[in-house]
Amino acid sequence: MKPFALREWSLALCLGVYYLLPLVRWNRGLGAPDQAVLIDFPNQRFYFFFIELWPQEFYYFTGLLILAAFTLFLMNALGGRIWCGYLCPQTVWTDLFYAVERWTEGDRRARIKADAGPLTANRLARRALKHAIWLMIAWWTGGAWVLYFSDAPALVKDLATLHAPAIAYIWIGILTVSTYLLAGHAREQVCLYMCPWPRIQAALTDEWALNVTYKYDRGEPRCSMKKGRDLRALGEKIGECIDCNQCVAVCPTGIDIRNGAQLGCIQCGLCIDACDTVMGKIGRPTRLIGYDNDLNGNRRIAGQKEVFKPIRARTVVYAALIGMVCAVMLYALLTRSLLDLNVLHDRNPVAVKLSAGAIRNGYTLRFLNKRGFDRVIAVDVDGPANAQIHIAGVDSVTPDRPMIVLARDATTELRVLVTAPFGETMEKTQPVKFRITDIGLGEVASATDHFVTP
Amino acid sequence: MSQHNETDRVSGRSTTGHEWDGIEELNTPLPRWWVLTFYATIVWAFGYWVVYPAWPLVSGYTAGVLHYTNRAAVAANLAQLEAFRGEKMKALDTASLADIENDPALLALARARGKTVFGDNCAPCHGSGAAGAKGYPNLNDDDWLWGGTLDQIMQTIQFGARSGNAKAHEGQMLAFGRDGILKTDEIVTVANYVRSLSGLATAAGYDPAAGKTIFAENCVSCHGEDGKGNQEFGAPNLTDQIWLYGSDQSTLVETITKGRAGVMPAWSGRLDPLTTKALAVYVHSLGGGK
Repeated sequence: MKPFALREWSLALCLGVYYLLPLVRWNRGLGAPDQAVLIDFPNQRFYFFFIELWPQEFYYFTGLLILAAFTLFLMNALGGRIWCGYLCPQTVWTDLFYAVERWTEGDRRARIKADAGPLTANRLARRALKHAIWLMIAWWTGGAWVLYFSDAPALVKDLATLHAPAIAYIWIGILTVSTYLLAGHAREQVCLYMCPWPRIQAALTDEWALNVTYKYDRGEPRCSMKKGRDLRALGEKIGECIDCNQCVAVCPTGIDIRNGAQLGCIQCGLCIDACDTVMGKIGRPTRLIGYDNDLNGNRRIAGQKEVFKPIRARTVVYAALIGMVCAVMLYALLTRSLLDLNVLHDRNPVAVKLSAGAIRNGYTLRFLNKRGFDRVIAVDVDGPANAQIHIAGVDSVTPDRPMIVLARDATTELRVLVTAPFGETMEKTQPVKFRITDIGLGEVASATDHFVTP
Repeated sequence: MSQHNETDRVSGRSTTGHEWDGIEELNTPLPRWWVLTFYATIVWAFGYWVVYPAWPLVSGYTAGVLHYTNRAAVAANLAQLEAFRGEKMKALDTASLADIENDPALLALARARGKTVFGDNCAPCHGSGAAGAKGYPNLNDDDWLWGGTLDQIMQTIQFGARSGNAKAHEGQMLAFGRDGILKTDEIVTVANYVRSLSGLATAAGYDPAAGKTIFAENCVSCHGEDGKGNQEFGAPNLTDQIWLYGSDQSTLVETITKGRAGVMPAWSGRLDPLTTKALAVYVHSLGGGK
């Protein structure tokens, strides 16, 4: 196994999750979608295994974005551009496309040789096959994308029988084109010219971060095998780099790692593999190129011990921030209310005087039932003395404390009238609080507004 | 343009031949792409003559091969809207007023339609929130001149009050002062009596017995012996807290002297029955419906 087989496993895992996740089922009971991960735009719900989020809970995604940023920073402080080399979709799909290219047209040397030669039918066929497979992967990528937005098995069937909505085909088309262009043709140009991360990363790194590094203290001065033997015989000091250029040849962004850390290095580790192979063949120690920090080269030259410091102020702070955001999100998720209430006071008229002199205010109450079953709730009002509540269109058996049924996983909007006898001491405006109580579960929610006298 | 073939010595470009005090005007034509686009638009315009109405004739105009008119386009849009509404509103058409109020879905539909119609037709007098104004009843409260049941509201909307419609509500507050039925001091006395009916303060030197007598002789036929009004004649309840024109003494004196005869137009000719139904349900559901 190659030293950096880890990378291939990572790519396979990322692709596997992306393509297969929409097919995973998760039982949520009758009437609810049974797809583990589903972004249901028409019904405005987001499902993630046991979590169901409503649009007003979008702030969880803000938390996820904060988490993603800090994780990126932490990875960077520990091991450089791990994201770029192992996890970024651009890298993952580009590598998949490279693999297809190697399989159809041969490795780099074979392709250069073929390009120099005449255009044969065999070459044309191989090239056509490559593009066909690329397009198929791109199409499947788009296909998997739309499955996140609708029930996957049903949509697959509809897509196959040409009954799916036009928007599904349009998105598959868009993603097919973008995948084919980005992974097949733009490739590392995306990293070099389009991606903002290399620019930010350069400002976030420090001398302790592990990066793919050419150990110049070992490698310099470079010298070919033959010449090196002669020079060594003369007693000159010779480095271990034989200047075979393999590290440059394998680099997807075409840089020379021996020039030090640079923007183009996505730290995929391919040069480590290439150099180790060569070193193995010529019987020299491997890892002339390897993960190292900026300090160790000079320390080795000075005869000092190598230093590694994964736990330092920067990483501790990042880890603490990640832990804090995780804790806040978890707390918010576990304590989030599954019963909620919003209230909106009538604007016109704000108050109505009744014939007996009482004052009536109208409100629109919006009840949110986030549970998967219908529930009965009682509505109470705390406000002006002797206030009476009436819900329009609801004849409750308990008029003083009306009960209503909230449909499962839905909002219910009702007009509520609050009437209070007018007293000379009544404030012009006073707070009014609506409380709802789930009769069965005892869950409560409340919302406040004002009671206004004309 | 004059024929010329001169070249500007400094820039080497041709000039238009115009020269002022030694300053020459260079010949700088419009860009070719611009000129070509301009000619293309002229050619394009001929297409309009053929396709769309273009030239006025003695009694009409050239119709164009599409026979397009704005009026027909509006009519088609309206027909489309009616067709769309027709399907949605069919349920409202067959349901009774009470059924609509008891079905949440129908109620929501009727309220939505009613709110729009109210804004277009009723808001100028009753206000956009139906809160009314002096002389224009507040439709949110529980006090009704002509009755607050669904059917009564429907009837009032359809035929109005003192609207001239044969089925309109009739009945009026007489001009007791102007027509010489009551003298000024009697009017002040009965005005104070009316104020006392709803517990309002009376003026100094007011004679309750005289007020009661004047009221009994002139007012009870419409407003009732106890002053609670009569919806048959649109006579308001004088014992409650709601006053259409105002409860202070001078307003009451004015009301009794000159009479009142507010008009509610009949809408049966302007609103179709289905719309009227939705409107009646909307008004009833504002909170004061009986």
